Amino acid sequence: MSERTIVRSGEGVPATTAGTLPVRVRSRWTRILLSRDAVMFYALIAVVVYAYTQVPYFASTQTVGFLLLDVIPILLIAMPMALVIITGEIDLSVASTVGLTSAVMGVLFQAGVPIGVVLVLCLLLGTVLGAVNGFLVTALGLPSLAVTIGTLALYRGFALVVIGDNAVANFPQELTRFSTSKLGDTGIPVVMLLVLAVALVFGVLLHFTPFGRALVALGFNKEAAAFVGIRVGRAKFWLFVSTGLVSSLAGIFWTLRYSSARSDNATGIELAVIAAVLLGGVSIFGGTGSIPGVIIGVLLIGTINYTLRLARFSDVVLSIVTGALLIASVVAPSIAEWARGRLHARRTARLELQRAAAQ
Amino acid sequence: MLVVVTATINPLFLTPQGVKDLLLNATIVVILAIGQALVIITRNVDLSVGSILGLVAFGTGTLFAVYPGIPIILVFVIGMAFGAVLGAVNGLLVTIAKVPALVITLGTLYIYRGVNNAWAGGTQYFAGDRPRAFSSLSTDTIFGFPLITLLAIAVVVGVAIVLAYTRAGRDLYAIGSDPAAARLFGIPVTRRVLGAFVASGVLAGLAAVLYASRFNAVGATTGTGLELDVVAAAVVGGVAIFGGSGTVVGAAIGALLLTTITSALTALRVDKFWQQAIVGVLIIAAISVDRLVSLNRARKLRVSEARNV
Amino acid sequence: MKGRTMKLIHTRAHRDTASGRRIAAFAAIATTVALVATGCAAATPGDSGGSDGDGATEALSIAFLPKQLNNPYTDVVLSGGKAGTEEIGGEYSVVGPLEASASSQVSFINTLTQQGTKVIVIAANDPDAVGPALEEARAAGAKIVAFDSDTNPDYRDVFISQVVSKDVALIQVEQIAEQIGGSGEIAILSATANATNQNEWIKFIEEELASNPEYADITLVAKVYGDDDDAKSFQEAQGLLSAYPNLKGIISPTTVGIAATARYLSTTDFKGKVALVGLGLPNEMREFVKDGTVKEFALWDPAQLGYVAAFAGQALVDGTITGAVGDTFMAGELGEKEVGEGGIVIVGPPTRFNADNIDDYDF
Repeated sequence: MSERTIVRSGEGVPATTAGTLPVRVRSRWTRILLSRDAVMFYALIAVVVYAYTQVPYFASTQTVGFLLLDVIPILLIAMPMALVIITGEIDLSVASTVGLTSAVMGVLFQAGVPIGVVLVLCLLLGTVLGAVNGFLVTALGLPSLAVTIGTLALYRGFALVVIGDNAVANFPQELTRFSTSKLGDTGIPVVMLLVLAVALVFGVLLHFTPFGRALVALGFNKEAAAFVGIRVGRAKFWLFVSTGLVSSLAGIFWTLRYSSARSDNATGIELAVIAAVLLGGVSIFGGTGSIPGVIIGVLLIGTINYTLRLARFSDVVLSIVTGALLIASVVAPSIAEWARGRLHARRTARLELQRAAAQ
Repeated sequence: MLVVVTATINPLFLTPQGVKDLLLNATIVVILAIGQALVIITRNVDLSVGSILGLVAFGTGTLFAVYPGIPIILVFVIGMAFGAVLGAVNGLLVTIAKVPALVITLGTLYIYRGVNNAWAGGTQYFAGDRPRAFSSLSTDTIFGFPLITLLAIAVVVGVAIVLAYTRAGRDLYAIGSDPAAARLFGIPVTRRVLGAFVASGVLAGLAAVLYASRFNAVGATTGTGLELDVVAAAVVGGVAIFGGSGTVVGAAIGALLLTTITSALTALRVDKFWQQAIVGVLIIAAISVDRLVSLNRARKLRVSEARNV
Repeated sequence: MKGRTMKLIHTRAHRDTASGRRIAAFAAIATTVALVATGCAAATPGDSGGSDGDGATEALSIAFLPKQLNNPYTDVVLSGGKAGTEEIGGEYSVVGPLEASASSQVSFINTLTQQGTKVIVIAANDPDAVGPALEEARAAGAKIVAFDSDTNPDYRDVFISQVVSKDVALIQVEQIAEQIGGSGEIAILSATANATNQNEWIKFIEEELASNPEYADITLVAKVYGDDDDAKSFQEAQGLLSAYPNLKGIISPTTVGIAATARYLSTTDFKGKVALVGLGLPNEMREFVKDGTVKEFALWDPAQLGYVAAFAGQALVDGTITGAVGDTFMAGELGEKEVGEGGIVIVGPPTRFNADNIDDYDF
């Protein structure tokens, strides 16, 4: 069954299972050019071209900078989240992890801890928070949806306990400037290099390692995966840890970009992350998805939002569009399926008729 | 299990003058949690309840503003019907398109909220715009119980009976335990799941009308973020998030417990910053306990089966 | 258990062929494109007036960025801003987040910068978080006018303040002292814990209570935050009264908080026994003043705030003022305004509202 995943999971996939492919065989290139990821990519290009030619002010390097800065936290978290969802789990606590990291960062820095140490401690904190989720899900066997709803409240609660109603703002200027600085005149934020590195790590992990293929198998069928020697619990545990770690990274970026450490930072972005991941082609049932797809999903939502804002739409429209996109991205396959079923039935019926007529 | 926990904790917190406020606070979440329990039992989830509540509450405010003389009972009917429609949209998308409820209701959470914002804009309707008789629903008491709380209790009892003793109610559990098997047994899965979503919508509509009666302002942001409280209440109340088990009484107690704790912490002058953390601990504790209990039961079952062999 | 939480949501036979996926993906794209296309098409007539062309005669673009949209108080302020902008002959626009969070305003500042907006009028949700974005906007030539809730002074040209912060604090202390007879326990129910203006008033209230011997018998027992959310404020008010049985009065320096508290008091036995003062909108408070829950509260005319902000923006752009102390400019029918210490422009004194005069106001 897993051949379908591999077919869909983007470029550079070994064709080892090609022999078991469905009857309609296409060339490798056709497949790549018509894959869901590719189609999403065309959509992204279409939106960009449309905005570029039709929306005033869109055509500037400022757009690139502002747009990317807006999506970086979501982009970062979306990658480990994609892996978690591919294995059939979910992590709703990411935004709270961002908030708690931000709060702790503020308090430690205010207490006079050197900023380097603060950053290391923050990443460590994220790792621990992820490990707690992982432990509850894998060691105790609790459903991740319920566990992470709990830690969503818990971590945000801790953020409130740690920093209360204060805000810490006086972070070193070099760091806050760095967080929004651009690569020369391109408008691309320097931080994107870090994002790229994270993307590479998760992309390679998912698409080019046995571990990654195991994750996909895991999402398909846990029992089967266990039979072929995948240590289900351990794999999932480390995914939750990575989600925590990357979320704390996003928390550090968030704090520096807005030069403000507060308990309510990033409230609610878990929904945006999940929406983007699903739009990027990751199946909520687990078992399918690719990192390029996820990146395109995040950029697509980000670009549409940015364009609407630039065209002076209010946030009201943005929330409706986000919701509609999310639903469309999951309903469309079902509708297509249904339509195809009808078509197939009709064709079969016609064949039957012809056969009957022939006789 | 949780009944015991509640019973041991509650007496500590229940001070006589606080009872009425406590019940009033819990009422709205209790009603929402019942609806949520129905949906979760079928292995689905409804994250859009907060947005449905907001939309219907604003609709209620609008009704009174546009038709000042409208009979209160009619407002309830319209509110619940409106909720039913919104719930049906969720249900249809989930059942017809065969898409996970988590995704669909996450989408409608955004969309309903967006519609609410577009509709309401900066407009808010205040208690003063609504008839006094309507507001007094949430202040008048019978034997110390606020009217709307009695209404909530009636809803709990009604839904509990339906769930436990009717065919449709039992079907929900069967669907939640194993949808494929349920379908094989000839249970109309699609209809039942749709029904659960519509019921959740109706109850959210009811809660919204009561919200308009209880609170001062209804506007674009009414009910934001309520979904997590409601899901938490159901989970704390012992409704298994993976479907197939749980009761509405449990969900109602879960809701009561959560609101009680929040109120109690304020009353006991516990630093308000700790409240959310405590709610988080409670959710995790509740699911862990349920898990341990079920593991234990499974082990006992295995042991007794082994003995019988 | 079956740890696959997500899978439980719907068990669907995994089925697939490549063509189904493709049709699906195309359908999704079509939807997307259609959404975007219709959206943009709808927008074009609205803003074609000011946004294209860089001619010298282009109208002065003044954009208001409130703490959040759809807030009744903000709407009153904005109505003044609109009136002011139209009097100047400028191009008025409003953008803003739906939730009052610090970071959400930054994206809007960015887009305004890109659109080449001449004047950004902002009520900051966090004085520092908007800083870097505002600096970029200034570098691109925009003038920054803060109103309602100040940013860090480094990031704006002037701040249009409703009234002298201290006066707002004093009038509330005075009112509560009058109403509780000069002694007893009081509490404060504020907006969000980070709100700049509320925190400043609270600071002055605390100082006044501590330093003025007339208020020696009044003790401030608690500060709670209703986050400018009606239901939350309501429950905080209720929590206060159950936690402090001897409470004699509540100060709520936010329009949402005072209305929610009034609503709670009016439905309980505390009505008329626990005093409530603060800052409220007459239209929201009318019922509670008439039924005796609230004797007197205060506020300025919020519309004037937006009105003056528009004129200040124009004065900054044409160079009449630079934001230095002592600069003066004409603010339409409100006459001459002067930039005071710290680049602050004061609009006017607060008004007290009670049963005698509340029907004279409609906002």
